Amino acid sequence: MKTIDLSTATVRDLNQALHDQVNNVEDREWVVTHSNGKHNLAVGVNQAVSIDIQGHAGYYCAGMNQKACITVHGNAGVGVAENMMSGMVRIKGSASQAAGATAHGGLLVIEGDAGARCGISMKGIDIVVGGSIGHMSCFMGQAGRLVVCGDAGDALGDSLYETHIYVRGTVASLGSDCVEKEMRAEHLEELQVLLNRAGFEHQAADFKRYGSARQLYNFKVDNASAY
Amino acid sequence: MCGIVGLYLKNPQLESRLGQLFEPMLQAMTDRGPDSAGFAIYGDEVADGWVKLTLQATTEAFDWKTLMGELEGHLGCSLDWFQNASAAVLKIHAEEAPVRLALAELAPSIRIMSAGQSIEILKGMGLPQEISQRFGLASMKGSHIIGHTRMATESAVTMEGSHPFSTGADLCLVHNGSLSNHFRLRQELKREGIHFETDNDTEVAAGYLTWRLQQGDSLKEALDHSLEDLDGFFTFAIGTRNGFAVIRDPIACKPAILAETDDYVAMASEYQALSSLPGIEHARIWEPAPATLYIWERESA
Repeated sequence: MKTIDLSTATVRDLNQALHDQVNNVEDREWVVTHSNGKHNLAVGVNQAVSIDIQGHAGYYCAGMNQKACITVHGNAGVGVAENMMSGMVRIKGSASQAAGATAHGGLLVIEGDAGARCGISMKGIDIVVGGSIGHMSCFMGQAGRLVVCGDAGDALGDSLYETHIYVRGTVASLGSDCVEKEMRAEHLEELQVLLNRAGFEHQAADFKRYGSARQLYNFKVDNASAY
Repeated sequence: MCGIVGLYLKNPQLESRLGQLFEPMLQAMTDRGPDSAGFAIYGDEVADGWVKLTLQATTEAFDWKTLMGELEGHLGCSLDWFQNASAAVLKIHAEEAPVRLALAELAPSIRIMSAGQSIEILKGMGLPQEISQRFGLASMKGSHIIGHTRMATESAVTMEGSHPFSTGADLCLVHNGSLSNHFRLRQELKREGIHFETDNDTEVAAGYLTWRLQQGDSLKEALDHSLEDLDGFFTFAIGTRNGFAVIRDPIACKPAILAETDDYVAMASEYQALSSLPGIEHARIWEPAPATLYIWERESA
C-alpha cells in the first residue's frame, strides 16, 4: 500500500505517480491523506488500482477515470467523476453539482446527496445516489442509468435522450420532454442489479421510472415548411 | 470567479480569535480572487446615539489627526478614532447624516466604506494575504465577519470596486457571480436617489438592497425581491449587525458551502477555505439550496 500525504506532497505529485502506473504498476492500493478539499485529486487515472482519499475532495475529483476504483471518505466538490470512462467512484459523503457530468462509463455511487445538475449530459455512466439530487439533473442525458434513492429537484431529465432514470422518492418537477414510464421486468432487473452493486438495500419495485417522450430530440418533419 | 467567506461565532469565547480563525479562510480563496480582497468585521459596538464609520484615504500618509480635529470643531461633539493603514475608524456621538456632510466638505477625497454601530469594512487591491496583513486581520476581535477575494470581470480593479459593499447601517454585501441587468437597474435606482461610485455590478446589487430597505422591506423581503429583480448569477453573503445571511440565485451555478458546529457557522465558496477551522471534521456540512435564504442572527445586539 502506498500513502501520499497531501500536507507535504502536491496534487501534481499525486496525479503524476498515479499516471505512472499505466506502464508499470508499482502498487495496487493507494491512500491519500490530508486532502482538505483540494481540487483535481486522482484525475486521469488509467489503471486498475484502488485509491482511498481520506477526507473531503474539491473540484473534479476522479475526472476522466478509467479502470480505477476511487473512494472519497468525505464529500466531493463540483464535477466529481466528470467524464469517467470506466471503473468505479464512491463518495461516502455528499457531492456538489455536476457529479458524473458527460461521463461515458463506469459506476459512480454517492452515498449522501448530490447537488444540482447531477449526471448532466451523461453518456453511458451509471450513477446511484443514496440521498437526493438537485435541480436540472440529467439534463440532456444521452445514455446510462441514474438511480436516486431519495428525491429529485426541479426539471429532472430536461431535454432527455436515452438515459434511464429511476427515483424512489418524489420529483419536484419533470423537465421538458421527460415523462414517467412503465416499469417493465427488464427495468426492475437492471435497477435491482445496480442497487445491489452500489450496496443499497432498497427494492427496485419501490422506484418509478422516467425517460424521454422522444418528442424533442428529432427534427419534426411537420416543421419542414418553416424553411 | 471570486471567493466568499464568512464566519459567525455562536460561542462568545471565540470572539477574541475571530481574525485569527478567519485569516486562513480568506487566504485559502486566493486562487478564486487575486485582484483585490476585503472584509467586514462586526464587534466593538458603539453606544446608542453614536455612529461608527470606516473611512478610506488614498494614501497611508493622510493627515487624519488634522481632519479629526476639524471635524470635532465643525460638529461640536465628542469623537474617538484610530488609524489602520490607509483607513481610519471614527466613532462619533452624532447622527450619521451630518457627519457625512461634514466629511464631504472637509475632506472630499475620503471615502466612507461603512457606517453603523458595529461594522468596519476594510478592503483594497492586492492578494488576500497583503490585505489581511495591511489591516492586521489576524489580531482582530469580533462576533462575525464576511470577506471576499475578487477576480474582476465586470469592472475595473480598484479599491472602490472591491467587496464588501455597504448597503446601509451595519449592512454589507459580498458577491460571487455577475449580474446582466445592472446597467438598466442602476439607471432606475439613480432615479430613486441611490448614489453610485463605480461601474461595478455588485454595487448595483448593494444599491438595490439599500433602496428596498429604505422602502420598508425587512432584510428577508429585500432579498426575496432581489431574486425577482436581479438577472444573472450570484451567491451573496450579507452581513447584518447581529449575524449574516446567504442566498443563491435560482440556477445556483456559483458555489457555496456551509458548515455548522456548536461554536460557529461558516460559509465559503469552497470547502478548502473551511478546512482550517477547529472541529470542522465533525461539522454539519451542506450546500445551500438555490433561491433559499439562510440567516443566522443573535437575539439582540
